[in-house]
Amino acid sequence: MKLKTFRGGIHPPEYKELSLGSPVEVFLPKGDLVFPVNQHIGKPAKPVVAKGDQVLAGQVIAEADGFVSANIVSSCSGRVKAIEERRVASGAKAMCIVIENDGEYTLAEGVGIKHNAGTFSSKDILDAIARAGIVGMGGAGFPTHVKLTSKNPDSIEYIIANGSECEPYITCDDRLMQEKSRGIYEGLRLVLQLFPDAMGVIAIEDNKPEAIKAMEAVCAGKKGVMVQPVMTKYPQGGERNLISVVSGRDLKFGQLPADVGCIVCNVASLYAIYRACYYSEPLMKRYFTVSGSAVANPATFEVPIGTSCLELVEAAGGIKSGVTLKKALSGGPMMGIAMPSLDAPVTKASNALTLLAEDEVETAEAQQTACIRCGRCSRVCPIHLIPQMMADAAEKKDYEKYEHKLYGLDCIACGSCTYICPAKRPLMQLFKQAKAEIMAAKRK
Amino acid sequence: MYPVLIATVTVAVIGFVMGMLLITVGKKFKVEVDEKELAVREYLPGNNCGACGYAGCDAMAAAIAKGEAPVNGCPVGGEPVAEKISQIMGVSAEAQEKKVAYVKCLGSCEHTANRSNYIGIHDCAAAVSSGLSPWECDYGCLGFGSCVQACQFGGIRIQNGVAVIDRTMCKGCGQCVTACPKHLIELIPAKASYAVRCSNKERGPVVKKSCDVGCIGCKLCVKQCEHDAITVENNIAHIDYDKCVGCGKCAEKCPSKAIEML
Repeated sequence: MKLKTFRGGIHPPEYKELSLGSPVEVFLPKGDLVFPVNQHIGKPAKPVVAKGDQVLAGQVIAEADGFVSANIVSSCSGRVKAIEERRVASGAKAMCIVIENDGEYTLAEGVGIKHNAGTFSSKDILDAIARAGIVGMGGAGFPTHVKLTSKNPDSIEYIIANGSECEPYITCDDRLMQEKSRGIYEGLRLVLQLFPDAMGVIAIEDNKPEAIKAMEAVCAGKKGVMVQPVMTKYPQGGERNLISVVSGRDLKFGQLPADVGCIVCNVASLYAIYRACYYSEPLMKRYFTVSGSAVANPATFEVPIGTSCLELVEAAGGIKSGVTLKKALSGGPMMGIAMPSLDAPVTKASNALTLLAEDEVETAEAQQTACIRCGRCSRVCPIHLIPQMMADAAEKKDYEKYEHKLYGLDCIACGSCTYICPAKRPLMQLFKQAKAEIMAAKRK
Repeated sequence: MYPVLIATVTVAVIGFVMGMLLITVGKKFKVEVDEKELAVREYLPGNNCGACGYAGCDAMAAAIAKGEAPVNGCPVGGEPVAEKISQIMGVSAEAQEKKVAYVKCLGSCEHTANRSNYIGIHDCAAAVSSGLSPWECDYGCLGFGSCVQACQFGGIRIQNGVAVIDRTMCKGCGQCVTACPKHLIELIPAKASYAVRCSNKERGPVVKKSCDVGCIGCKLCVKQCEHDAITVENNIAHIDYDKCVGCGKCAEKCPSKAIEML
């Protein structure tokens, strides 16, 4: 049977085998941990600790400021060293809470105590999620308790667990599904409890047969939950694409998933929900892949949030000898952000560190030519936009046309068009900038 | 002979009829143009730069003729143009001080270090929104030349990674001021003789690390100035040109040579 998929998309080399071999190691950093107060979409959290305070692992160090915001939790025990501006992955400066790690990882009171969440009411579940500071862990970082708070819970028909992980190199969700399949299933059950009429669908790309097997094993014979293998194609893990694959519905301009009766959650977020409800354990660690051709031993680790990428690279054996590190990316090669320095913390929504060697980085800039109107960008665009015309409008700063005629704000910045472009046009950067400028003008 | 005559006469008759038609139409549908407007337009520079706030010189001329815009509203033309226009309009023009653009950064390749390689669209705004700063200094000129693109008078060039303004070419239209995403360009009086060539708001040690000509906010210049013309705000010196007499004592004492003689 032909596997389900969406129209468009690309097939970049996967390189998943690099980091897939070994089981996940728990990595405990020795150095300071850095927690940016803005690791999510929405308002930055408000610090509730002061310099010099002693904190324990699992203690809230910054509280959600408003509804669309999330708690930040310390993932180690130690002393608050500073609350100051530090560089984050993108190279920009952001307010961070720095904690001097005492290496003990003493848990705060109540964290990790098992209780039966099967008896939780909807409100209990949402409260537990909000307290734990869980956000979308696939990359966007939208606060999960906001996503799951629906005015009309009966209208939701599908809860889609996103285990597609279509980005090359990254294997953290794959490993998570293999090792913690039970937790993901229980997390999905808890979310399904909030939406009585919904059906749980775990969508996994067919290049992860082990993960599909593991998830199918826990879902076997269970009502209302199914595993849906989907075709391996980038960007299969995009919210819109998963919805169209699972439900057959297409999101129109400006629509949210809930408008077509769907909610998409990353499998890592579901696992965090399970930990938060059954063990009162806030979001303080995550699976994180360190991979790329410049890494000696690419691997996936379970790391406390706030760990410095420098330490993680060391844990992965450092830079391969005889290789020069050319480019460091927070995330994968398609949507990742270039990092000017490795001295940046792991955040809730960052899932990987990709280090590329000299010969792997193509300097597209030198080969850039004029658009030849081949139309390949339109063919691969997963949301059926016309990147060629959008780029034209963005270059001329014709934002009126970009927004209203070409629906450029719907671009998910997956980079498929940039990947396929034979003229090596910097399409995705143009769109990102156009989007940023339009949004800035709207805020004014 | 015959066919030639017929052709000549036909063409002459058509020409005459068309000519009469054009004259009548021209008189009947004549558009009234204010003579003042034409005269004013004559003296405006004609760059259509938009610095006056109107959509080009024609619109500005119409606005002046209607009395909606001030006679000295063209920053590019400056005093001589304002004088001529005021004669046409029959009002006295207040002398407006000529201003020129000034880049508050000296961080060229020799002075600041490279932090990361930026590969992407060659545009300052795009570089800023990507989050990467190619230089160690977070505040300095990126050198991708968005201001060069904006300048209609060819007065800006990128030299050694930093924008440099040719003061003789600058008309003070202020287009570059809005184009700079780092807000480094300021309009200062053309007669000013000293200026602070740095915008780094960090504290001294941080500035020192990122650039060797940055203002470290030491306030030595403030102590030197006998006219209270310099203030240090956000770790950056600022000269008040209403008070500055151009003695140059501040520049002499500045340890990092961030105050420059123009």
